[in-house]
Amino acid sequence: MILFVEQALNGLQYGSMLFLLASGLTLIFGIMGVINLTHGAFYMVGAYSAAFAVLSTGSFLVGIAAALIGAGLYAVLVEVAVVQWLYRRDHLYQVLATLGLILFTNEAVSMIFGRRPPLMDIPPFLQGSVPLLPGLDYPLMRVGFIVTGALVAIGLWALVNHTRVGMLIRAGADDREMVDALGVDIRRLYTLVFGLGGALCGLAGVMAAPLLAIEIGMGERVLITTFVVIVVGGVGSVRGALVGALLVGMVDSLGRAYIPQLLQLSLPASTADTLGAGLVSASIYLLMAIVLLVRPNGLLPARG
Amino acid sequence: MTSRLRLAVIAGGLLFLLAAPYLAQVTGSAGLLGLANRIAIYAIAAVSLDLILGYGALVSFGHAMFFGLGGYAVGIVAFHTGAGEPMLGWQGSNAALIVWPLALVACALLAAIVGTLSLKTSGVQFIMITLAFAQMVFFVLVSLQSYGGDDGLLLDRRNTLPFIDLSRPTTFYYVCVALLIGWTAFCARVVNSRFGLVLQALRQSERRAINLGVDPFPFRLTAFIISAIGTGLAGVLWANYARFVSPDMAAWSKSGEFIAIVVLGGLGTLLGPIAGAAVFIALEQILSIWTEHWMIVMGPILTLVALFGRRGIAGRLFGERNG
Repeated sequence: MILFVEQALNGLQYGSMLFLLASGLTLIFGIMGVINLTHGAFYMVGAYSAAFAVLSTGSFLVGIAAALIGAGLYAVLVEVAVVQWLYRRDHLYQVLATLGLILFTNEAVSMIFGRRPPLMDIPPFLQGSVPLLPGLDYPLMRVGFIVTGALVAIGLWALVNHTRVGMLIRAGADDREMVDALGVDIRRLYTLVFGLGGALCGLAGVMAAPLLAIEIGMGERVLITTFVVIVVGGVGSVRGALVGALLVGMVDSLGRAYIPQLLQLSLPASTADTLGAGLVSASIYLLMAIVLLVRPNGLLPARG
Repeated sequence: MTSRLRLAVIAGGLLFLLAAPYLAQVTGSAGLLGLANRIAIYAIAAVSLDLILGYGALVSFGHAMFFGLGGYAVGIVAFHTGAGEPMLGWQGSNAALIVWPLALVACALLAAIVGTLSLKTSGVQFIMITLAFAQMVFFVLVSLQSYGGDDGLLLDRRNTLPFIDLSRPTTFYYVCVALLIGWTAFCARVVNSRFGLVLQALRQSERRAINLGVDPFPFRLTAFIISAIGTGLAGVLWANYARFVSPDMAAWSKSGEFIAIVVLGGLGTLLGPIAGAAVFIALEQILSIWTEHWMIVMGPILTLVALFGRRGIAGRLFGERNG
């Protein structure tokens, strides 16, 4: 039971991280119709910015600021320099252009920051663990991650549904030409959404940095999982991203804990281990396949 | 003018492919033959991908899974044959005429499953889903600890053909070129058949084709499977060429490379992707000799190709895309 609760919490924490990435990506796709592979690179830029800010100042808060600003600015730069020319082009060209940007970013980051992965410690105020249940002490850093994810989800909901910018975002997703015709500077709105998506990636990067390894290529791995989240949740919808992120987080984390055990009940140990390892890494893709069979547009697709 | 230029370029390219071993011998650089061989193998994958990318407008971002599977089928059979451990009661074999078709059947089966699921979607979901399935294959390959896991598998020797000695580099190269020419000719026939025309009609206007009574799914699935078989063939040849397979063959970046080669060469031209493969592989080689940070140049080149190179090399040479 304790194991189950702990794994469920881990799933929640992983889901929080996936939501930070997926919400920005799905907004960018929903509004601008662009498939942006560089999204994972924003996450990496955020993690590296944070690690080096913390290394030189020692303050985690400065690290957060550096991640938000670094990743946000890089996202704006990418939008202005490359992506804005691709809005009306086929998805194929968007894939190719942003793929080129990934290769560029990976190499540039390794040239600037060096090949050795930087280390980032858990900040003092998030060290230690809290007793959640008798017999279950859960790391404070992970609790912080879950809380951050929840706050961002509420914040995004408020932003999209109860502000003027949010109204424009929704309108832009429905009919960009009409918004443009009504005198709204849609170009600025696009850049803004891109920057917002980048900043959310940066936030995910700084929160993940003490828990996971910071390295070149960290962005792509998580990007592909983020795609799974978006396909499961429904492309273009923030609510879908939330549901998809939590579902994928849970399946991944509970799968890691229980699939090998379940297989060992029925199969010899060596076969169970090999098969288990494969099944664990494939579990979220199986989830995606099942969702697709039942609901090809995802669980909560955007309207229209 | 264009048709003569076209003929000249095709003849020139063919001549280069056929003369590469001779050129390598004259210039004394064994590297040139390897380079030409890599180009020929990648070109088979690129032509296959062009079949669905250019003619079917199905942007598969996961074709590396077939490249990887084709390679691993060869690698795994060779592993069991070499170690003398039967697999599922089969002693294994080193004969290309047995192993290669087996590998291609495996690719076709995988393509049938992945295609059936992925073709339920379209557009950006299709891109993401093919990518995710390829990633799944990648992770399964990494988790195959008995076949080397992350490090991959070394092959003792190449598969054998009757009367043809594949272990000689020049002979193996000519087999690859022959397969490239044969496969391209087959794809050209497919594209110009009724089947190919329906596929292109679906690309141009899905709604109109459906109203003319076409059910898109079987056409697209068949094209997807043919394309996967060709990419699997490239993987089979690669495993024999390098005598090494690793999960990197199925990595997402490999799928990206294939797309880049097709777009660079020219979508929907079949011959264009061969030129694309030549330019891409040669560029990669030159840049990586020049600097270890060659990605910092290659990345922006791909971005520029996407931004400006709408028609690719073949489009520039020959005018409009075919079909």
